[in-house]
Amino acid sequence: MTETSGASGLGAVLVVGGGISGMTAALEAAEVGKDVFLVEKNAYMGGRVAQLNQYFPKLCPPSCGMEINFKRIKDNRKIRMYNTTEVKSVSGSAGNYQVTLETSPRFVKGNCTACGDCAEACPIECDNAFNFNMDKTKAAYRPHEMAFPMRYVIDAAACDKCGKCVEACKYDAIDLDMQAESFELQVDSIVWATGWNPYDATKMDNLKYNDSDAIITNMMMERLAAPGGPTEGKILRPGDNKEPESIGFVQCAGSRDENHLEYCSYICCMASLKQITYVRERYPEVPIYVFYIDLRTPGKYENFREKLMGDENTHFIKGKVADITADSDGGVTVIAENAVTGAKIEQKVDLAVLATGMEPAAKGQLASLGVTMDDNGFITSDADKAMLSAGCAKKAADVVTSTQNATAAALKAIQVSRR
Amino acid sequence: MDKKKQAYICTGCGIGEGLDIDALSEVVSSEMSVECKTHAALCGAEGRAMMEADVSDGVNTIIIGACSPRVMQAEFSFGDDKIVARANLREQVVWCQGEDADTDFVQELGSDNMRMACTRAEKAELPEAFQLETTNKNILVMGGGIAGLTSAKEAASAGYNVTLVEKAAVLGGKALGWRMQFPTKAPWAKLEEPTIAALVKDIESDSNITVKTETEVARIAGAPGAFQVSMKAAGVKSEWDAPAKVAVDEQEKIDKGELEDPNDGLQKYTAENPAAETFGSVVLATGWTPADVSEFEHLTPGAKNVVTNAEFEKLAKEGNVPANVAFVMSPGADENDRDFPYCNSVTSMVALKQARYVCADNAEGKAYVLYQHMRTPGNMEMFYKDAQNEDGIFMTKATVTQVEEKGDGSLTVTAKDTLLNEDLDLDVDMVVLAAGLVPATKTENSINLAYRQGPGFLDLDLFDGYADSHFICFPYETRRTGVYTCGGVRKAMTMDETIDDATGAALKAIQCIESADRGVAVHPRSGDKTFPEFFFQRCTQCKRCTEECPFGALDDDEKGTPLPNPTRCRRCGTCMGACPERIIGFKDYNVDLIGSMIKSVEVPDDDEDKLRVLALVCENDAYPALDMAGMRKNKINNLVRIVPVRCLGSVNMAWIKDAMSSGMDGAILLGCKYGDDYQCHFVKGSEIASKRMDNIGDTLSTLGLEPERVKSEQISITDYDKVTDVINEFVEEIIELGPNPFKGF
Repeated sequence: MTETSGASGLGAVLVVGGGISGMTAALEAAEVGKDVFLVEKNAYMGGRVAQLNQYFPKLCPPSCGMEINFKRIKDNRKIRMYNTTEVKSVSGSAGNYQVTLETSPRFVKGNCTACGDCAEACPIECDNAFNFNMDKTKAAYRPHEMAFPMRYVIDAAACDKCGKCVEACKYDAIDLDMQAESFELQVDSIVWATGWNPYDATKMDNLKYNDSDAIITNMMMERLAAPGGPTEGKILRPGDNKEPESIGFVQCAGSRDENHLEYCSYICCMASLKQITYVRERYPEVPIYVFYIDLRTPGKYENFREKLMGDENTHFIKGKVADITADSDGGVTVIAENAVTGAKIEQKVDLAVLATGMEPAAKGQLASLGVTMDDNGFITSDADKAMLSAGCAKKAADVVTSTQNATAAALKAIQVSRR
Repeated sequence: MDKKKQAYICTGCGIGEGLDIDALSEVVSSEMSVECKTHAALCGAEGRAMMEADVSDGVNTIIIGACSPRVMQAEFSFGDDKIVARANLREQVVWCQGEDADTDFVQELGSDNMRMACTRAEKAELPEAFQLETTNKNILVMGGGIAGLTSAKEAASAGYNVTLVEKAAVLGGKALGWRMQFPTKAPWAKLEEPTIAALVKDIESDSNITVKTETEVARIAGAPGAFQVSMKAAGVKSEWDAPAKVAVDEQEKIDKGELEDPNDGLQKYTAENPAAETFGSVVLATGWTPADVSEFEHLTPGAKNVVTNAEFEKLAKEGNVPANVAFVMSPGADENDRDFPYCNSVTSMVALKQARYVCADNAEGKAYVLYQHMRTPGNMEMFYKDAQNEDGIFMTKATVTQVEEKGDGSLTVTAKDTLLNEDLDLDVDMVVLAAGLVPATKTENSINLAYRQGPGFLDLDLFDGYADSHFICFPYETRRTGVYTCGGVRKAMTMDETIDDATGAALKAIQCIESADRGVAVHPRSGDKTFPEFFFQRCTQCKRCTEECPFGALDDDEKGTPLPNPTRCRRCGTCMGACPERIIGFKDYNVDLIGSMIKSVEVPDDDEDKLRVLALVCENDAYPALDMAGMRKNKINNLVRIVPVRCLGSVNMAWIKDAMSSGMDGAILLGCKYGDDYQCHFVKGSEIASKRMDNIGDTLSTLGLEPERVKSEQISITDYDKVTDVINEFVEEIIELGPNPFKGF
C-alpha cells in the first residue's frame, strides 16, 4: 500500500522516532495543519523518557507531559502513528521522498482492550527490557503501565506459540501468525528523532559493571525509583534486594573520554543530582559520594546543585574514578584520586551508580538511508536535503533543549513545501 | 441540534461480571429515558457496526458505558457533528472494587456513572468554532539580533510575512561586536568566522520581511490573529506606550491625589490606535545586556585592566589583546563555587574563545582560565578539549580569592584549591570577568502589552527574570497566548542553541496564527473548538474572571464588564470557576452541565451506610492516576462519585453547594501540584481552586456544615497508589463526621 499526503496538496512529513522529540516534532507540524506520519520502533510511544521516574529540576513525572501529548495525538487527525515500525529504505530527494517501512508483528490486533487476560494465561516469563532486565514480564505483556497505545504485545523471541493467550482472549485480538508488513510512504521531508541508548557499561573495563550486582547504571536507577518499576519505587540493590546503606555516583562513565564518548553527555550531572533526591526521599541519612570531573549544572540548574550540595551526608569529590572492585559482602569499593588534594580515595559503598552517557541510537545504523552523521553518530540536520534531526539524535541534550530543537525541526520540515 | 440519543453498555473486560447489566440498562432506559443496548465487546468490529447502524438511522447523541474515556477514542468517535458522553465503568467502577465489595454499592456506583453520562449528553451542545472576522497572518518579530533575525528568516521561508522591529540603527545586535563565533558543526573544535553579516543581508533582501530599525513597539493590544501594534521611534515617549497595571487600592490613592498616576498622559489600555498595525502573532527576541559585576569587590572590578568578557571582546575585535590575561569564571571566592549570575554555560565558552585570541595575537601569549566548573556541555566538550591542546592556554580549577592592581596597572590574581596542588599568584596584564547575560525581560516589560493584567509577563521572578514558563515538556508556552520568546530573553545561549530556539519560536508563532484561523485553541487543549461564552446581562462586574485568568485573556470596559478575547483563551475554564453569577460556560462544559451531573447522582436519604462523596478531578493528571489505580486493581471507595474537570481552576463553588444541597456528604478536589514548581498545565488553576476551597469551608460553617466536608489535594499523574489512599482516607473522615445533616431536605 502507498499512502500519500492528504487532500491539502501540501507535502507530508515523516517523523522517525516516537520519543519526546519525535512526538514534539510531529505534533508541532500537525498542529500547523500538515500531514504527519509518526513511526516508532517500540510497541509504545514515549521512548527514553517513558523510562524516567522524574524530570530535573522540577522533579515532576514525565508521564504528566506525555499524557498531554498522547491526547494531542489522539485528537489530531493529521497524525498517523505506527508502532513496531522501522524505516527500511529511502529514495528520492527533498520534496519527494519514497520511504519503505516495515511493521514487525505485534501479534496483538487493534481490537485489544488491554484487559490483561492474555498475560494472566501466558506461561512464559522473560526478562523485562523496559526495566533493564531487573524483573520479569510474561511473553504476552503490556509494554509498561502507562503505555500508549494501551495495548498488549507478544515478545516474539520468548513466545513458544502455545496458544494459551489465544484461548484466553475474549476478543479474538491475538494472532500468533501475524507477519511483518511493509508499506510505502511518499513525503516531502523526514525528521530523524531516533534518540539515544545508554552507553554500554560493560565497555569500561575499569568500572567492572559485570563483576557485581552492586554496580548499576543511572537509567537502572530511574527504574528502581519509579513507582511502576521492578521494586515499585523502593531503591534496593539488585540481586539481594538490600537497602543500601551507602551509595556512590560515578560521573562521566564513558563521557568526556576519547576511548568511549568524546563529548559530554549533557544530562548526567543533573541526572545524578536528581537521583540523590530519590535516595534522600527513601534514605534520609545514608552517606552519598559523588565522584565528578566538573559539575555541569549551568543556569537555573545551579540552584538545584547548591541545594543538594548543602546536604551534609552527601560528599562531592572532584576526581575521576579509576577503578571499582567488587567486595565479598556484596558491595563495591570505588577508587579515585581527589584532583585538588591529590589524596587517593578508596570508598566502600553498597551501591555504585554509573552515570553512563548518551550514545546516539542511529550510530552505525542509518547511513544507508541517506542520513548524514558526524563521527560520533549524531545526525546532521540538512535543510537542503529536507533531512532534519531532532532531540538527542542531533546532539546530547536535556529534555527542554530537545523539545526546542524538535520544534525547530518541525518548521524546517514544513518549509520544504513552500520552496 | 435536535438530539436523538442512544445508550450502549459494554459488558466486556469484567463489566458484565461486576455489574447487573439488566438493572443498569433499566436505569438508563426508564429513569433517564434513553434506549440502551448492550454488547460483549462494544469497541470491536461488531459493536462498532451496531453503533454505526444506529448513527446512520439518525442517532446523533451517543452515551457509552464502557472503559475510560482516555482509551478507545477512535472506536467511540462518530465525527464532529455527534455528541458522545462516556461513563467509565471499567477502570473506575468494576476494576477498583477490591475483593469483597458489596454488590449493591458497586451497582449504585455504576448506575450513578450512567446517570451522569446521560445528563452530560442531555446538556452538552456541539461546539461552533470562534472565528475572527479576518485572521491576520503576519508575524511581528521584536529584536534584530541573531534570535530575532533567525526567527524572521525562518518564518518568511515558510511563506509568512514578517515585520522585524529593532531599536538600534542597524541589524545584528550583540553579534556585530564578535570577533569570532563558537563552532556550530562537527568536529566542534575551532572558532568560526562570524555569520551575522550574511544573516543581515539575507533579511534585508527577503521580500517577505519588512525591517524597521530605530523603532520600538509602544504597545500591543488585541489578540492572536488580530494583534494591534503601535510602533514608535526608538527611545521617545509616546501616548501609546503600554500602561502599567494599577491595582484597585493604588487607583484609589491616585484618585485622591496621594499617588502619582504612572499612566498619566497615556491612552487607556482599551483605546484603539487608528495608526496601529495588525499582526497575527509575536516573537519576542529582545535579547540581553551584560551583567553588572561591580558587587564583586575582591576582584577589583573598578581597575583599569579588569574588564568584563563583553568589554574584552570589543578589545579583541579592535586588535588590542594583551599578552598575559587571566579569565575568572567564578566570583564566589571562599563562599561558593557558582559562576557569575546569568551565566548558563555560555561564559565558559566565551572564556575559552577569548583565551584563543590571546594566543593568536601574541607570540608568547599566555591565557589563564580559572574556573570552578568548566561548563562545556554536549559537543562543546570538543571545543574545550581543543583549547586544552593549545600552547599558551593554562586552565585549572581554582578558587580566586583576590585581584590586586599594581602601580603600573598590571594585576596579581591570587587563587587556591587548584589542580596544581599549590596556591597561585599570577601576574597578568588584564583580568577578564565572565559576566553573565541579563535578559531584557529582567529589567523591562519588553512585550508592552495593553492588557488588563498589565504590560509584562507574569511571575518572571520565579525564573530569575527570564521569559520562561518552566515547562520542561512545552518550553515555548508563555502566559500570553500568541507571544513566543526566544534567545537571550529565555536563557543565556550559544549560537546553535539560539538558532534552534528562534526557529522553534517561529513555528509556534505560525501555529498560533493557523489555530486562530481555524478557530481552535492552542496548547494544551490544542484543537479545542469550544470557548467561553458570557451571559452579560447578569454580569455584576465583580472582575473575578478578569483577575484570575492565568493567560490574561479578558480585558474589561469602563464599568468592569469583561471583554473576552477568545483567541487569547486556552480553554481552561478558570473564568467559569471564578464567576459567582455562573454566567460563563462552554458549549460542552459549563456550570449547569456539571451541576446537573452532580444532581443526577442518587443520594439515599435513609441509609447511613450509603454516604456519597463527590470528587472533582483534574482530567490531565489526577484522572489518569485514578485510571491507573483501577488498572492496578487498587480499591477506590465506592461511595465516591468521580467527575473529571478541565482544570481545577474551572471548578465553580456552586458545584460544591449543589452537592451539599442534594445531600451528598463530602467533596474532594484533586488537582496538580502548585507553587514554584507547579505542574498545573494552566499554571494557576489548582492554586486558585485551593484558595476558593478555603473560602467555601467558611461558607459551609455559616450554614452549619463542618468545613472538613470539603478538601483539596495535590495529585500527580504517577500518584496512582497515593490517590486511592487520599480518597479512601477522606471518605473515612466523612464517615466519621456522619451524614450531611441537610440530607433529605
